[in-house]
Amino acid sequence: MKHLLSISDLDRAEIEDLLTLAAEFSSVLERDIPKVPTLRGRTIATVFFEASTRTRLSFERAAKALSADVMSFAPGTSSVTKGESLKDTVLTLEATGADLFVVRHESVGAAARVAGWVNGPVINGGDGAHQHPTQALLDALTLRQRFGKLDGLKVGIVGDIANSRVARSNIDAFTKLGAQVELIAPSPLLPVDLSAFPVTVSGSLEDSLPHLDVVYLLRVQIERGSGPILPSLAEYGLRFGMNRQRLQMLPADAVVMHPGPINRGVEITADVADDPRSLVLDQVQNGVSTRMAVIFRLLGAS
Amino acid sequence: MPEPTRLLSADDVRRALTRIAHEICEHHSGVSNLVLIGIQTRGVPLAESISEAIADIEHEKVFVGSLDIGLYRDDLASRPTPRLGRTLMPVDLNGRNVVLVDDVLFTGRTIRAALDALSDLGRPAAVELAVLVDRGHRQLPIRADYVGKNLPTSIDQRVTVRVEAIDGENGVWVGS
Repeated sequence: MKHLLSISDLDRAEIEDLLTLAAEFSSVLERDIPKVPTLRGRTIATVFFEASTRTRLSFERAAKALSADVMSFAPGTSSVTKGESLKDTVLTLEATGADLFVVRHESVGAAARVAGWVNGPVINGGDGAHQHPTQALLDALTLRQRFGKLDGLKVGIVGDIANSRVARSNIDAFTKLGAQVELIAPSPLLPVDLSAFPVTVSGSLEDSLPHLDVVYLLRVQIERGSGPILPSLAEYGLRFGMNRQRLQMLPADAVVMHPGPINRGVEITADVADDPRSLVLDQVQNGVSTRMAVIFRLLGAS
Repeated sequence: MPEPTRLLSADDVRRALTRIAHEICEHHSGVSNLVLIGIQTRGVPLAESISEAIADIEHEKVFVGSLDIGLYRDDLASRPTPRLGRTLMPVDLNGRNVVLVDDVLFTGRTIRAALDALSDLGRPAAVELAVLVDRGHRQLPIRADYVGKNLPTSIDQRVTVRVEAIDGENGVWVGS
């Protein structure tokens, strides 16, 4: 593995290797001194052209827990405002000493472009509506912790599939690990052509709930254009949001997930988000150990 | 390439581990504050064997932990796909007498890494080292407190330790 750009670059064995490694790093994070010296002297650059709270925090925490140094780049305070290009930005970071790049950008394929320009490994931290591979890995880890394995699990991915890089990465990762995926969305939020996805489709959340092990609610991408397609957020919440009543329609051991940030009251009501069957905080926690595993594999193997 | 030569039989290994168990008990005048920590991978079953031998002598169980030093190595960049084993500590290490257990003592770099790993897990009262084989060629100022067998080797020879729990048999081989 030279870069992590897309889940489609990984086979099942490689995904499982990363999850096993991530579980080991979870135990490092539980120690009194949650830090190991493994990547002392290495530098990781986070290059986020798009807003992010948890992904950036999580990558920085992961890098620091491995004793790497972190260079943080944000366009608002940089020479991008003077017109410096993505290419010049990452080449500057590499010349400054970055060994690995985490790239988030609104354009599909941005991380892959960066991988062609720099010598070090590149991790895709989200490119447009295309891929967000570390999110898929941390979600797979969260499910593996809860259920032991993903084989045979029925996972319903709910919401704005068409605009969601999380959906694309997660469909790929979950099905490679043996889960069955059902996409649950109003038709304007489904991709036009679904033939490439090994999934089933449902137009009704309530019809699907009784046979799901996992309800994975996507964020309504208000900033990415699903706003105008939906008549109103309130109506979306009425048909496709998880609330207390719908939680009771799930099988007893089923769980609820959300990649964050949550629009409380839209995809998920506050009481469901805080319910013991919600794995939202496990997902955030696993984000750190998953990213440690990916960074370790990419820099440990160079 | 010639076949590796077997230098220790299964019985030799058992006797060596039993002697180490006696030495540990004698040196500590008992085993009440002791923890044996095996270094992954083959140090772990060796630590288990020493613990069983101690139980026969002292009629007291000694805690056994496992330590993976993969994250503490200084040669990470030159190892293709490093594997990580489990690190499991049965008790709080603070104030304990720890005996690290490994199969072969060679350059000392593994032990250096193990000492770093240990210090992140707690502050033992004392740390000692037990190895089945000391083959020489140290690159760091490290020595073992308990040695099963001193094997003078040339630096390019290969020493192979096989243990029952992992390889199905006990023994030590040297090949060129």
